[in-house]
Amino acid sequence: MLTAAETEKNGKKMITESLSEYSLDANTLPEGFRLPPPEDEEAEEFFVNIGPQHPSTHGVLRVVVRLNGETVVEVVPHLGYIHRSIEKMAENQTYVQNIHLSDRLDYLSAFSNNLCLCMAVEQALDIGVPERGEYIRLIICELQRLQSHLLWWGVLGMDMGAFTTFFYGFRERELINDLFEELCGARLTVNYFRPGGSSVDVPETFIPRVKHLLNIMPKVLDEYSNLLNKNIIFLERTKNIGILSPEKALSYGSTGAVLRGSGINYDVRKNDPYSIYDQFDFDVPLGSVGDSYDRCQVRMEEMAQSLRILEQAVARFPSGPHRSQPQQNYKLPKGSYYSQVETPRGLLGVYIVSDGGAKPYRLKYRSPNFSNLNVLNELAAGHKVADLITIMSTLDLVIPDIDR
Amino acid sequence: MMSSYAELYPVNNFIGDIVRSIFPEPAAAIINGLLALLSLMALVGSLGAVLIFLERKVSAHFQLRFGPMRVGPHGLLQPLADGIKAIFKEIIKPAGADTFIFFLAPLLPVSAAFLVLAVIPFDHHLQVADPAGGVLYVLGVSGLSILGILLAGWASNNKYSLLGAMRSGAQMVSFEISIALLMLLIVMLSGTASLRGIVLAQQGTIFDWWIFKLPFLGILAFIMYLVASTAELNRTPFDIAEAESELTGGFATEYSGISFAMFFLGEFVNMFVAACLVTTFFLGGFHAPLFGLPVIDPLLNLIPGFLWFFAKAFLIVFLYMWFRWTFPRVRVDQLMYLEWRIMLPASLILLMLSGLFVAQGWVG
Repeated sequence: MLTAAETEKNGKKMITESLSEYSLDANTLPEGFRLPPPEDEEAEEFFVNIGPQHPSTHGVLRVVVRLNGETVVEVVPHLGYIHRSIEKMAENQTYVQNIHLSDRLDYLSAFSNNLCLCMAVEQALDIGVPERGEYIRLIICELQRLQSHLLWWGVLGMDMGAFTTFFYGFRERELINDLFEELCGARLTVNYFRPGGSSVDVPETFIPRVKHLLNIMPKVLDEYSNLLNKNIIFLERTKNIGILSPEKALSYGSTGAVLRGSGINYDVRKNDPYSIYDQFDFDVPLGSVGDSYDRCQVRMEEMAQSLRILEQAVARFPSGPHRSQPQQNYKLPKGSYYSQVETPRGLLGVYIVSDGGAKPYRLKYRSPNFSNLNVLNELAAGHKVADLITIMSTLDLVIPDIDR
Repeated sequence: MMSSYAELYPVNNFIGDIVRSIFPEPAAAIINGLLALLSLMALVGSLGAVLIFLERKVSAHFQLRFGPMRVGPHGLLQPLADGIKAIFKEIIKPAGADTFIFFLAPLLPVSAAFLVLAVIPFDHHLQVADPAGGVLYVLGVSGLSILGILLAGWASNNKYSLLGAMRSGAQMVSFEISIALLMLLIVMLSGTASLRGIVLAQQGTIFDWWIFKLPFLGILAFIMYLVASTAELNRTPFDIAEAESELTGGFATEYSGISFAMFFLGEFVNMFVAACLVTTFFLGGFHAPLFGLPVIDPLLNLIPGFLWFFAKAFLIVFLYMWFRWTFPRVRVDQLMYLEWRIMLPASLILLMLSGLFVAQGWVG
């Protein structure tokens, strides 16, 4: 047994050791940092751990930041705090069972994730989707984009210290989530689409409620734009902050609004149209500078474009069956299959290798958030801590999608 | 000697007269002062509760919510429940914290508020003390509240706290200058540095208040003072010392229980104090807003001065809350830019121009 004094001594020793691991005096940098220690003896560099529990990481992301005063020198994200081995679990489940797992990737774009997996199965078995089924998919995916961006907008304001935006964003998001709830009983993890269509048809009240939403939204978007996006403090905080060059954006494999904010015209809905997106008239908003402001404006404009798609879809919404060739079990022929969709956050791809059984031999998700997170160091270096938070917010990360 | 006591402690109201009728003069002045201090304590205690309740309700209605509704009618007793909760919570001191400073720091913001409230003229004869250099005194003691934040961050042995403290230190040094210059402007206009004197100099109609009496420049000075005092108060858009989205809790990260509640109370009472100063300097203090109309003016004058004072102060408090629940936060270097490149030159020019106005007799 140790005496009290010895325990105290040991305790103190342990604290000193763990501290030395994170100080420059030990001449070793913490894991992941590449830049050499500063040559200037006067430089007061230190390391701050942001996360895994932090109000602005929106999940369990841990970011170790190397600071010189208030200025960020280097950022190293640490992953794996919410790793649930979804890809390994997928190998022990049938394809229909896998749909509900795909909800848990990026919980704000659960419908798009469902859709991606279903499309791969349909491609393998050559299952067609009835017209009404396609319209349901499209309307719901666009509603999802709307609610995801509304949440992003609210959280963006909160990360900048304007708490009120959070509640405003949630006001309309709630309407959309209520729609989802009426549709399938769930608000986030929906498990709704099936190969060949969707699990159930939409209720009769669905289209009128979407129309009601479409009446409200344009005014609301204007209001939100005035409240936050035209505020001078917002402009000062986002313009020319965290500039991502088009080359860097491409080389990091970033997609979605992050890529389009840098001015690269790539949207899966346009460039590789899936479902019935090719029948609809909409624009792909692009940024010019690639700074935080451009990423924000691209998302704001995307909401307006989603409304355009929704208006067209609601006007042409057909009757008929919602699903074709429903089966208990889908056995994919031997081979590999790939499908991709544009989720609110970027390109989600699913790659299935099948050995001919009812379960995938290997299932790999290409998630947009993982690639979008990797540009963080590139964007934040040289800016202040406060900007690191806004930059993270404009990347619109959903952490469970990074770790899977 | 006796007259100087009476001048310094101008408690000339009903209770003051009773005390004077019982005790001889020097003792009466001291007893009056003590009574006034006691009532200040009661004021701070109740103000804390009222302001916290107000902030929660105001923010809630800005945010499409109701705010506290459960404890008492419309949640009126919520501050009480919060206070009881805070008292019974454990105070956690992090390992390696500087014990003495760690526990001293939460007391400073509240004491700063006390010290400033002592010289605020709530009404003609409702003021604890009226030193001739009241403005100087206010400047001197109001820095204590940020000193508390600075010490708290330093003593917490936490990097977030330290960052927050250093930010607030920089903020204090810069915005005090603007505030001092704008106070100087008021002193120059009033010809006295006593707060009571400043209020008395604004006697008359609404157009005799410094915000309107100084053509155009008055409103400009008022807005600048409002901005500078928001920064001094560490409130959004200038709450970089707390910055919950960046620094989790800033200087207060490691505080819990009643020591955190003291910071909270200090923040709110200081907000009221700042509003009181704005009222005193620009909005005519306890004077009723008269328009020079024959029938309405006597009616307005019937309402006691301290009610007018509180009404004006709470209006300013509402403005501070409005700022907080609307604006995003500025960055630390933008804050410095705002002060050194914009506010400081602007307040200097304003001071010079007002000097010209006063010298030429254009005021009013």
